[in-house]
Amino acid sequence: MTTATHGTDLRRQLDLTLLHARYQVLETVRVPVALIGNLVFPALALAFFVLPQREVAGDPVAATQAVSQLALFAVLATFIFTYGVGVAEDRALPFDPYVRTLPAGPLPRLAGRLLTGGLFSLTSLVPVVLIGAIGTAADPGAARVALGVVAVLVAGTPFLFAGLAIGYAFTIKAALPLAQVLLFPLAFAGGLFLPPQMFPAWLDTASGFLPTRAGRDLVVHATTGSGATVADVVVLVTWTVLLASLAVWAYRRDEGRRFR
Amino acid sequence: MTHTTDPLVTVEHVTRTFGATVALDDVSLTVRPGELVGLLGPNGAGKSTLLSLLTGQRRPDRGVVRLYGGDPRDPASRTRLGLTPQETGLPPTLKVKEVVEFIAGHYPDPLPTGELLDLVGLTDLAGRQTGGLSGGQKRRLAVGLALAGRPGLLLLDEPTTGLDVDARHDLWDVLRSYHATGGTVVLTSHYLEEVQALAERVVVIDHGRVLADDTLAAVLARVQLRRVTFRTTAPTGEALAALPGVARCEQDQDGTVDLVTADADALVRDLVTRSVPFEGITVAGASLEEAFLAMTRVDAPHEPTIPTGATR
Repeated sequence: MTTATHGTDLRRQLDLTLLHARYQVLETVRVPVALIGNLVFPALALAFFVLPQREVAGDPVAATQAVSQLALFAVLATFIFTYGVGVAEDRALPFDPYVRTLPAGPLPRLAGRLLTGGLFSLTSLVPVVLIGAIGTAADPGAARVALGVVAVLVAGTPFLFAGLAIGYAFTIKAALPLAQVLLFPLAFAGGLFLPPQMFPAWLDTASGFLPTRAGRDLVVHATTGSGATVADVVVLVTWTVLLASLAVWAYRRDEGRRFR
Repeated sequence: MTHTTDPLVTVEHVTRTFGATVALDDVSLTVRPGELVGLLGPNGAGKSTLLSLLTGQRRPDRGVVRLYGGDPRDPASRTRLGLTPQETGLPPTLKVKEVVEFIAGHYPDPLPTGELLDLVGLTDLAGRQTGGLSGGQKRRLAVGLALAGRPGLLLLDEPTTGLDVDARHDLWDVLRSYHATGGTVVLTSHYLEEVQALAERVVVIDHGRVLADDTLAAVLARVQLRRVTFRTTAPTGEALAALPGVARCEQDQDGTVDLVTADADALVRDLVTRSVPFEGITVAGASLEEAFLAMTRVDAPHEPTIPTGATR
């Protein structure tokens, strides 16, 4: 590849990425159940468990915390399911090896997937943020909301890789229950349903090593101005690197097994 | 056959194993522009493995595979290559038109969607989700997808397996008109009929090796051998082998004789006129499977004629 064609090459990869993203979105939207689950569950949790408690919903800081936690849960669920289950599903179809024979490298498909996951994550935030704004005293201001959205996506990164690792390592039959089994304990122990202030001491300590807890602290810090420590950043980065390596390993292993 | 232009496909001394199984054993093959080549062989002969090397899905253990002069694993080499997906693999929720547009989006100068759907007769079903198509319609869509990028070379793996006669003939027509406009086709089949209907050149593969590579007529003559078996008390051996049209002669200890010939009728007439005593005579029909066996045995004593230069 000469440098002269490099520009057009990049352009082409970009076009192909958008093409893949467009059809991945289309495929997902046609079977909206999974998508609706990601949209509805965090919103329902907020409506049923937070709104009735006036001491939480009526307190600006506590309400902002609660909304932030469920926002992270929404992104967590979207990443684990879109990638974990979505990739495993794709791999099960003979269409996937066929797409690999088209004149495009593996990059557009993966980049398209990242775009799609990002888009669905942002979508899953909408109902939580709306209910939070209308039904609670949470009012962190536009700047902190924007910061919070960025923080949620950053805090979601390790789960994006966790999803990819599951999707490439397991068949659809195993990926679906595994995603479910991982999601709820991780979310609970990370303080996404109940704030960690309500944890017993041992759980609070254990929780400190979880990516969900570190992510939760980061997001809450972004929206309320306090809560995260350096340790949280270290834990989050460590998990991200660990899970990213796992995802790469699973991808290579899959390549090696199916396309030796 | 045009031998002056650069080959689209070059396979040189390629070997590919899966564990203990040798899928391809020192295979060489060249395909030039405008050819219509049938890869014929029983299931498990190595045809699909050969195709997966040409599409860049797998790499050979030994030997060289070239597609348009480049490595098929490089996406750029596959720009002028057309392939069919398996019909079972189409994304069920996407509409016919959408799948076509998605695949076409990968090529620099694709066929317009309307033209493509017209070509494979799916215009009326453009808005239907692929999950709702019949088997024949899916197969037509699959062939349409292979044509989406205006390929110079089509690789088709069992293009009409499982289709009814009408659907099969429709697809053959599409392939013939593609070839008539200068397209090159390599198709695999385990149906002699399909290869007979389409191919100009036939490559017979079995047990991972090229058994024959010749014009359709020449291969047909070899594949349509008959096996004439009978018991005899007469001293035979060389006398029978010398009969006109006998390609091979084998005799057991207990007097059972196996003759391989292209014309069983003439052979039987000869046996009678020469008063060769025989009993329990059978003439084995040439199923493709048997023909491959016969071909292997016929070729055993001497080198098979392989123009493209596969050697062992």
